[in-house]
Amino acid sequence: MELTGAEILVRCLKDEGVEYVFGYPGGAVLFIYDALYQQDDVKHILVRHEQGATHAADGYARSTGKPGVVLVTSGPGATNAITGIATAYMDSIPMVIITGQVHTWAIGSDAFQEVDAVGITRPCVKHNFLVKDIKDLAATIKKAFYLATTGRPGPVVVDVPKDVTMHRAEYFYPEEVAIRSYHPVMKGHPGQIKKAVDLMLTAKRPMIYTGGGVIWSGASSSLTEMTRMLGYPITNTLMGLGAYPATDKQSLGMLGMHGTYEANMAMHHCDVLIAIGARFDDRVVGKVEYFCPEAEIVHVDIDPSSISKSVKVDVPIVGDVDHVVKEMIRLLKEDKRTPDHEALAQWWDQINEWRGVNCLKYDRNSSLIKPQFVLETLYNVTQGDAFVTSDVGQHQMWAAQFYKFDKPNRWINSGGLGTMGFGLPAAMGVQLAHPDATVACVTGEASIQMCIQELSTCRQYGLPIKVINLNNRYMGMVRQWQEFFYEGRYAMSYMEALPDFVKLAESYGHVGMKIEKPSDVEPALREAMSLKDRLVFMDFITDQTENVYPMIAQGKGHHEMHLSPERELA
Amino acid sequence: MRHIISILIENESGALSRVAGLFSARGYNIESLTVAPTEDPSLSRMTLVTRGSDEIVEQITKQLNKLVDVVKLIDLTEGPHIEREMMLIKLRAAGDAREELKRLVDIFRGHIIDVTIATYTVELTGTGEKLDAFIQAVGSAAILETVRSGVSGIARGEKSLHL
Repeated sequence: MELTGAEILVRCLKDEGVEYVFGYPGGAVLFIYDALYQQDDVKHILVRHEQGATHAADGYARSTGKPGVVLVTSGPGATNAITGIATAYMDSIPMVIITGQVHTWAIGSDAFQEVDAVGITRPCVKHNFLVKDIKDLAATIKKAFYLATTGRPGPVVVDVPKDVTMHRAEYFYPEEVAIRSYHPVMKGHPGQIKKAVDLMLTAKRPMIYTGGGVIWSGASSSLTEMTRMLGYPITNTLMGLGAYPATDKQSLGMLGMHGTYEANMAMHHCDVLIAIGARFDDRVVGKVEYFCPEAEIVHVDIDPSSISKSVKVDVPIVGDVDHVVKEMIRLLKEDKRTPDHEALAQWWDQINEWRGVNCLKYDRNSSLIKPQFVLETLYNVTQGDAFVTSDVGQHQMWAAQFYKFDKPNRWINSGGLGTMGFGLPAAMGVQLAHPDATVACVTGEASIQMCIQELSTCRQYGLPIKVINLNNRYMGMVRQWQEFFYEGRYAMSYMEALPDFVKLAESYGHVGMKIEKPSDVEPALREAMSLKDRLVFMDFITDQTENVYPMIAQGKGHHEMHLSPERELA
Repeated sequence: MRHIISILIENESGALSRVAGLFSARGYNIESLTVAPTEDPSLSRMTLVTRGSDEIVEQITKQLNKLVDVVKLIDLTEGPHIEREMMLIKLRAAGDAREELKRLVDIFRGHIIDVTIATYTVELTGTGEKLDAFIQAVGSAAILETVRSGVSGIARGEKSLHL
């Protein structure tokens, strides 16, 4: 039977197993919305702004490992989605974004709500398509899902003109698809893996450094097995938190600009660095010249272009992390050699000395609410088992430092692009995917206002997100940099005319709370968590002057960390 | 170092813009770029000349390979290869200069492909340096118009870039 393009599109989504589509209607996608209306398999979540749709799909993807799906109209629908598409691209998140387009005959004529969606998204997608013929529609959707979810994942845009959704054709959804120019390497080169294992076994001061690639490869358990077998210290990047249990004694926490003292010092002094599914981002590496000066480096990554991009490595292995790590485990089991236990014991002594610095210490006797205290209490109250999304800034770093993630896919934040406004809509996607789970959105009074309209979406779909607003009346990270590097000239970083967040939450039909005393933090969090079916907006009035420590200033090495000013290291 | 990268790319609208966009987005330079369909109409052959350190060129080739539309590529400068560029050049050729220009064209093994009372249009093929040398020899005063194709290249011997 022949179906319209719109019906074909919806059938494709169904056959792809899509649960939710996050979107916003408009002229160019009306046929698609009409087709969605006439079925129950694919559920549509109506957001209040297209940026919210992309972040929600992104949060859904990060928390499930499945692709997020977005549907927006042409023109402003597509341009509003750009920030979310770029966010997903920078963090390698699988998403398929369907953008409406004007009729094929009108393309290029500056038609109403026309924008060159393929052109405008090109630099921030893994790939994109313009479907000009209904005969290509189903196969293109299949290709889009295939590209988005395989290899190094990423967002794929499919631009669909209105007349294509109107025309009729036979529906056929291909089971498989082959693209002659696209063959992601899964298995690592055996010789290289052997070389890496040799190097790992001869290390005196080894260090394992892992990133988001471990999470996307589903390699947490194999990574954990290998790390425990070896007994080596491990650090995770911001994107990789949860890939190895943070509460385990071999975990040194996060590394990088606001990483722990022990993680960064161990990076600086290690002799063998085993980098897995991490991309040597500038916030991790600091000054390249000072990066791991004594180390031979093994790098496992599915994307060849990530290897030796910013830091030259000695043993590159292109392949899927889980495949490669499992192969490493096999070789380690076969090998008669064991790690150098004596050297390793000395190395751990040194690391424990660095740990003794207790770099995340903060003032627990303050009469003001310390943001770190809120996050520590959140961790305790939720017993470390919540999904935590965040926006961008100081609160993001504190959440990464103080919420100890023991499981992957639990920490959802915009690492690469650093998108303020990400947290709340991302939490919607997470909550929809995990209706019974506790989902906390850690945010600040500046970030939350960038997508605050989604409180309305949360109301519509009854999403009981717990918003943890660390309200210091500043764009905290901007203020921190201005304090450190611009002699305290706080240009435009003060949030004047803030709304009353309690009333705001209430006006959207949610529960609002304002917490001003440290002694109220825990009771308030417990009360909020007990309101299982309500969104609770918790406005924590925190210490305005608190900064994120420790810190490596831009252009410095891992060994040049600053603790808080009172406790500066020599 | 100058590198000549030969690319087989899907002959689809937008494929060229992906390559050009990659170069501008990552701050790589393109010295020249030629592209046309091959004997297989679904594929285009692109020859791209760029300059950069070994690390940069390694990144360029990796990033190009990452583009979904790129089917295959080689860096021709890694082995023996032949490069050619074609130039069409319109010269002021009146009076005494006419004979001298004709001789120059012969020396450079070019062809005069169009003639008027006052002009010659010359076709010349060779390496970029040869074309530069011809331009220098005729002198800028004589040149009315220059059209250069950009470099095309192919590996020497039996090595070939095909599917």
